[in-house]
Amino acid sequence: MLLTKSVATFGRYLMLMRRTFSRPERMRMFFKQYIKEMSQQGVDSIGIVLLISFFIGAVICIQIKLNIESPWMPKFVTGYTTREIMLLEFSSSIMCLILAGKVGSNIASEIGTMRVTQQIDALEIMGVNSANYLILPKVLGMMTMMPVLVCFSIFSGFVGAYATAVIGHIITIDDLTLGLQHEFNEWYVWMGFIKSVFFAFVITSVSAFYGYTVEGGSVEVGKASTNSVVSSSVLILFSDVLLTQLLS
Amino acid sequence: MIEVKSLYKSFEDKEVLKDINSVFENGKTNLIIGQSGSGKTVLMKCIVGLFRPTGGEVLYDGRDLVTMNKQEWKMLRREMGMIFQSAALFDSMTVLENVMFPLDMFSRDNYADRVKRARFCLDRVNLLEAQQKYPDEISGGMQKRVAIARAIALNPKYLFCDEPNSGLDPKTSLVIDELIHDITVEFNMTTIINTHDMNSVMGIGENILYIYEGRKEWQGSKDQIMSSTNERLNSFIFASDLFRKVKEANK
Repeated sequence: MLLTKSVATFGRYLMLMRRTFSRPERMRMFFKQYIKEMSQQGVDSIGIVLLISFFIGAVICIQIKLNIESPWMPKFVTGYTTREIMLLEFSSSIMCLILAGKVGSNIASEIGTMRVTQQIDALEIMGVNSANYLILPKVLGMMTMMPVLVCFSIFSGFVGAYATAVIGHIITIDDLTLGLQHEFNEWYVWMGFIKSVFFAFVITSVSAFYGYTVEGGSVEVGKASTNSVVSSSVLILFSDVLLTQLLS
Repeated sequence: MIEVKSLYKSFEDKEVLKDINSVFENGKTNLIIGQSGSGKTVLMKCIVGLFRPTGGEVLYDGRDLVTMNKQEWKMLRREMGMIFQSAALFDSMTVLENVMFPLDMFSRDNYADRVKRARFCLDRVNLLEAQQKYPDEISGGMQKRVAIARAIALNPKYLFCDEPNSGLDPKTSLVIDELIHDITVEFNMTTIINTHDMNSVMGIGENILYIYEGRKEWQGSKDQIMSSTNERLNSFIFASDLFRKVKEANK
């Protein structure tokens, strides 16, 4: 029963994506929406990304320094480990999990409200492909902005780590800098970008699907918003394992 | 002209519409009335194509909606305007942007001409002064008028109104009814209004279709309704004391 329901839901998701990824009716209107979505989903998330990454960068630095300190361990290890965690997992995967909460619930509730207030019906009656008009700019806008957010996250995490050196004197600036530069592998940055673009697609498309298929009233919109966050988070975690294995 | 022939609609095992036959004429306000749950909203949705009928034909000036290909269907939808029960304005857009939306999407005119057309439509519904406001900053009646302006922006041949007076006070309802009637005559549209507002029936009911439990029960004009002997229709129309007294006074 559960399997049948899941397959049916996945089928409906694919059908919606087929309608979404078609040629926009008017490119001018599409670009207008695309820029708006990049601002709404991406630029408006910069603040929360900087804030969380700063503190996580600082906390990782403190935890590593305090917990693995040993005479046998080189002093640059703290900076090295902080960099690897930020590049490989936090700024791409964990940041996307956080954004699934912010952006995903926003998309599901916005589209869900449009559904229950008949705004989507109004688009359909006008002859507009509502899935394409509403969802495509959100998906592409977020996929464009996500690597930028990853950059901000990495940068802010490193600033947080430096703050522990400058303000907290947990580690010296030289040791931290040496660690951050030690055996740097550029591919890890690209890996983070690739993963984040994939997660951006998951967050926006899954949330849009839940919002678009709402039936009922405000209670159902709330449920759709919650379901979208839960589903996209689970999918991010699951695909993170696969992508990490594939890209490493 | 829109013609419905032997229209059936079922949801799983439940047959909601049964053998509906009707003609909705050009330049007239055609009303669909009936009790809640009688199937009038389903009929409206079948006519506009939001639901696919289980059987029968929906003919738009002879073109059958049910058998149309994707391209024909797309073109037909551009000849339609619809006013929803909740107005369904885009709340992220101003009043002017709402009216301009169909023009931005489908018109080949330049920006200045599109703005001019949108302002003309807003002026037609006496809302030019509210053009920069957002839907949540204007009253329910004004929202309905914006919805009318948006519906006529592309100069449609067919106008559909789903309970346009829902949630409005009687005075505002009259304004909306008169506006829809005047626009229908002015632009020679085929207008179908789904309502259970008896004031609308008596005011603008030039062609009224009464649906009872998914079947066509009666069809006629507002003048014929007064002399109708159909018991179901009479118990529906003259349920209120006021209309019963009006009928008795007419006798």
